Amino acid sequence: MAKIYDYLDERLSLSDLKKFGEKKTVPNHKQSFWYYWGGISLLCFLIQLMTGVLLIIYYKPGPDAYNSVRALTYDVDFGWLIRSAHSWAATIFLVSVFVHMFSVYFMKAYRKPREFGWWSGMVLLILGLLFGFSGYLLPMDQLSFVATKVGLAIPENIPLIGHGIANLMRGGMEVSDVTVQRFFAWHAVVLPLLYIPLLVFHLWLVQKHGNAIPPSEEDVPVLERKNIPFFPNFLMKDLAMWLVTLNVIALFASIFPQDIGKVADPLGPAPVGIHPEWYFMSSFETLKLIGKVIPGTIGEAVGITVFTLGLVLWVLIPFYDVKSLAGLRAKRATYFGLLCLGVLIVTTILGYVTV
Amino acid sequence: MSKTPTAVLPEESHDNGVSRAQFIKVAVGGMCLAYAAAIGYPVYRYLNSPVEREAALAAIKDVTLAGADKLEAGSVLLFKFGPYPSMLIHHRDGKWVAFDAVCSHLGCTVQYHPDLDKIVCACHGGVYDAYTGENISGPPPKPLNKFQVKVGPGSVLISRA
Repeated sequence: MAKIYDYLDERLSLSDLKKFGEKKTVPNHKQSFWYYWGGISLLCFLIQLMTGVLLIIYYKPGPDAYNSVRALTYDVDFGWLIRSAHSWAATIFLVSVFVHMFSVYFMKAYRKPREFGWWSGMVLLILGLLFGFSGYLLPMDQLSFVATKVGLAIPENIPLIGHGIANLMRGGMEVSDVTVQRFFAWHAVVLPLLYIPLLVFHLWLVQKHGNAIPPSEEDVPVLERKNIPFFPNFLMKDLAMWLVTLNVIALFASIFPQDIGKVADPLGPAPVGIHPEWYFMSSFETLKLIGKVIPGTIGEAVGITVFTLGLVLWVLIPFYDVKSLAGLRAKRATYFGLLCLGVLIVTTILGYVTV
Repeated sequence: MSKTPTAVLPEESHDNGVSRAQFIKVAVGGMCLAYAAAIGYPVYRYLNSPVEREAALAAIKDVTLAGADKLEAGSVLLFKFGPYPSMLIHHRDGKWVAFDAVCSHLGCTVQYHPDLDKIVCACHGGVYDAYTGENISGPPPKPLNKFQVKVGPGSVLISRA
């Protein structure tokens, strides 16, 4: 072993990497727990990448989509496990991404010089949601068919260009096997090509600026702040969290495997109790609530405008929560964050209760 | 592990010849192997699934070719015996023979030449006898697998010898 290490070290300078890892430190304080969630998201993404490649081996986009997923789930050995792991890793990915985002928000880690970390993260989140939306159609059962029809009604509502955009996404006036082929191209080629370089940029920024510390920790004198070496201490903890995540995904995939419904029927009615995946539940419920107060297309437009405004405010937080104006401003940002989090949670729960 | 103040540090205890560091190394290594196996086995089975299905298909003993009894003398019919391409030849003298159509050299599909009355492989010029399947010239190291042929009314039954 030592000989192999020496051989590689002389040629690849492994010890430099080790020295670098030992020199790099990670702040250790009460809120350090939240540092793991970006790493958990990363692991989930890697699992999706690997299980996704495995699924492509049997998946056939286009008119054979439904039958290929059915065969993959019921005929191919362990196909159910690969598919369930892919779907559960997606859910846990989005959970950890949301936790990561809110912890960054409340620790105010978006402040100078980390604004681009925040912005690239927001784009990664939107791409992540698009991964979810496009992947959901691929089995082409009745539920995914109707969900995609409903989901595409949102771009449909954009004034003037909306109809054209929705038609382009669908590849027609209605969701069909042409749409599945398109969504597959997005899901398995276009989105990964956009996502991976941006993820590298995001990770490079984390390395460049180091972990941000929350304002409470900033009050501690520099000499009294605690740090731990990245290698091996933090890495080991990170890997331990990865192991926990891996086990959770394996457990969920085995106990609650993904099934497949009836084949999509363009003339079939929407199934009773249909609702979007949990990560779209909040926006679904909010639109429903606004629709009750302001019925018709105006309500829809108001809802979508409120969303867009909220998202813009959220993305631009580094601009109006500036460090120089700490105190009052920082508190306002925290209240805004709590409001957003509260609305998300309440509307999601409400969505499930009223389904 | 004892927590009494007199306890010897595990690193220093050598009564059973295993230090704490060695134990952890083996335990962690073993766990990694267990995880690799737990992930690797389903992935292998998943990838190997179509192979297993074809292997079951390849195990069949015979195949019935409906309507093949009407095959003209001096012509050939290619069919699949399980997953493998195979050929049924109706010779001009009325004899029926069937072979595995996979060349014993490098696995190309061979073809029957009615003019030469030989089976030839276009890839590397292998030639087989069209009655016995014997390799008569070129690189093939072995004869073609020969099947038993039973011509009945309305169909031909091909079975492994």
